[in-house]
Amino acid sequence: MTETVIHVEGLGKRYRVGERERYLALRDVLTRAFTAPLRRGPRRTPDYMWALRDVSFDISQGEVVGLIGRNGAGKTTLLKLLSRITRPTTGFAEVRGRVGSLLEVGTGFHPELTGRENIYLSGAILGMSKREIDQKQDAIVAFSGVERYLDTPLKYFSTGMQMRLAFAVAAHLEPEILFVDEVLAVGDLEFQKKCLGKMQDISESGRTIVFVSHQMNQIRRLCQRVFWLENGQIHKSGPAGIVLGEYESALTSSRGNRNGSTNGTRTKAKFIGWQISETPAELPNLLTTLGQVTIRFTVEVFAPVQLGHHGIALFNSEKQLMWAWAKDEVKLEPGLREFRYTFPTLPLRPGSYCWQVSLWENGQVIDLWDCLPEMIIATEVHQHARDEWNGILNIPCQFVAGETS
Amino acid sequence: MRITPPSSWWVVPLGELWNYRELLYFFVWRDIKIRYKQTAIGAAWAVLQPFLTMLVFSLFFGRLAHIPSQGLPYPVFYYSALLPWMYFASALQNATNTIVENQRLITKVYFPRLALPLSAVLSGLVDFGVSFLMFVAIMIYYRIHPSAALLWLPFFLLLAVLTALGVGLWLSALNAIYRDVRYVLPFLVQFWMIASPVAYPSSLVPEKWRWLYGLNPMAGVIEGFRWSLAGKGEPPSGLLFISMGVVLLVLLSGVAYFQKMETTVADVV
Repeated sequence: MTETVIHVEGLGKRYRVGERERYLALRDVLTRAFTAPLRRGPRRTPDYMWALRDVSFDISQGEVVGLIGRNGAGKTTLLKLLSRITRPTTGFAEVRGRVGSLLEVGTGFHPELTGRENIYLSGAILGMSKREIDQKQDAIVAFSGVERYLDTPLKYFSTGMQMRLAFAVAAHLEPEILFVDEVLAVGDLEFQKKCLGKMQDISESGRTIVFVSHQMNQIRRLCQRVFWLENGQIHKSGPAGIVLGEYESALTSSRGNRNGSTNGTRTKAKFIGWQISETPAELPNLLTTLGQVTIRFTVEVFAPVQLGHHGIALFNSEKQLMWAWAKDEVKLEPGLREFRYTFPTLPLRPGSYCWQVSLWENGQVIDLWDCLPEMIIATEVHQHARDEWNGILNIPCQFVAGETS
Repeated sequence: MRITPPSSWWVVPLGELWNYRELLYFFVWRDIKIRYKQTAIGAAWAVLQPFLTMLVFSLFFGRLAHIPSQGLPYPVFYYSALLPWMYFASALQNATNTIVENQRLITKVYFPRLALPLSAVLSGLVDFGVSFLMFVAIMIYYRIHPSAALLWLPFFLLLAVLTALGVGLWLSALNAIYRDVRYVLPFLVQFWMIASPVAYPSSLVPEKWRWLYGLNPMAGVIEGFRWSLAGKGEPPSGLLFISMGVVLLVLLSGVAYFQKMETTVADVV
């Protein structure tokens, strides 16, 4: 079961940038060749850019791995290398099994051919045999829902219809390993839902998927493991919940000036840290349990606070308030103090959240802190796998269909 | 399957090409379908083009310039040369543009890139077949019976296919990197036709220069076509061997160059 199907070692891809245009005109080459002896000084060496550098990993059979990262981080390059569209500059990769890659919806479609003809063409280009397409043709047509126009040239199809047909073909690919680029980002909600459902089916049948997306919810729902690429390297890899949470908090913290922003005078006291009790010391901001949670905020008190007012709030990554609470008449003696909160459960959808704690006296802020690092919730998911609405709560439930009681 | 940096590009991936034979078939099928769908009179072009050229040649080179025709009626003399020539010219043109035209495909999915020029060259054979029917009609009209030399026709056709493929590989790879090739091609085809025995018999070329003339592989192909179709004259022996050697050289070097280009084409086009 845990047989390695993709083994990557030291993989790198270098592109030339700068002087080089996308393609050359012969006359430029000729002029260059003629003027070269006349040119003085050292030859200008072309600039190189590593789109991917020294990447190594293993993927076992049946795993669904998500690739995340900013634009230009090397996600698509990695997929192109694995699916053999382009060759690496360094290192190597071993891929065991029939590979299907879906870097674009509708690869190989031709506007002059009819819908049916395009099913065959695109199917063959994506790696299906003619016999396979013969067998699956009816299923593909049914899935696409464009039966009526099958014998019309594709150029008369609407974009949406083309997309449905294209995806219907792609969905009936049956490779052992599937590489999918951000194709799911296109199309309407219904289309995306269909895609996700199909991907789920594929992964449930024990096949391996490597999948690029910018939509964290898709990744969270489908992937067990996530690679976070940054500048052509694997910045972080691990269980989906953890890596995604860190990625999201990195995104949000670089977005604004919220790098642990504090307000207030901070003369009498200040917040200096926070942690979750139930988690290992090296990941104090990671929540993995739906059970009881204790959260501790450390305050350093310089001068006694007599009539303190303390507030707390929890925001999600979209700055939506999840919960808030406050307490008057807080007394604090100088020294290191702790605010301890115990919750029976924090049943929130996995993702990154931010605590905000504050301390006031006589209507004046002593300290207000957007706690960093952000809290990352990486609990078991109890939401419907195909729920595109993504509820805020993540609670297990018991369901019985029976007699009225 | 191991993915490594490009190294052994001189290895011809025949096994790989065989695994992708169905895709090759679909490429040929697509080329043919599209060619016949986008034109108003479809397959008629395959007949009209050589037929009209034949009429013009017969009138100007034949009737007016009195070019020797080895005792053949001018229409037969010209059409038998235009058959392979027209095939070659259009196959070369399609093969040259194939990498650039399919660049979207190349950057989105893997298949042996060799399949593209190969399918371009093969799909031209359908046009050849259609225009061949016209030739049969001309033969019947002039009551010319083919001789046993006709059995050699497939061989000459193969030679024409390989020539188009060899040169097509070079040009398609070059075209992917240098887009000027597209503008050079029409001139190249024109000059090449003048340097081939289409409008005149190769016997017009002085004996001592004949070997040089044979360096043009199409010279051997066209003379071979005339000989095997019309059954007049002698088989092009010496000329043919030189032509065959050149074809082999162009083909092997073309494959090697194409393979070298293939490793980077997805980054360049």
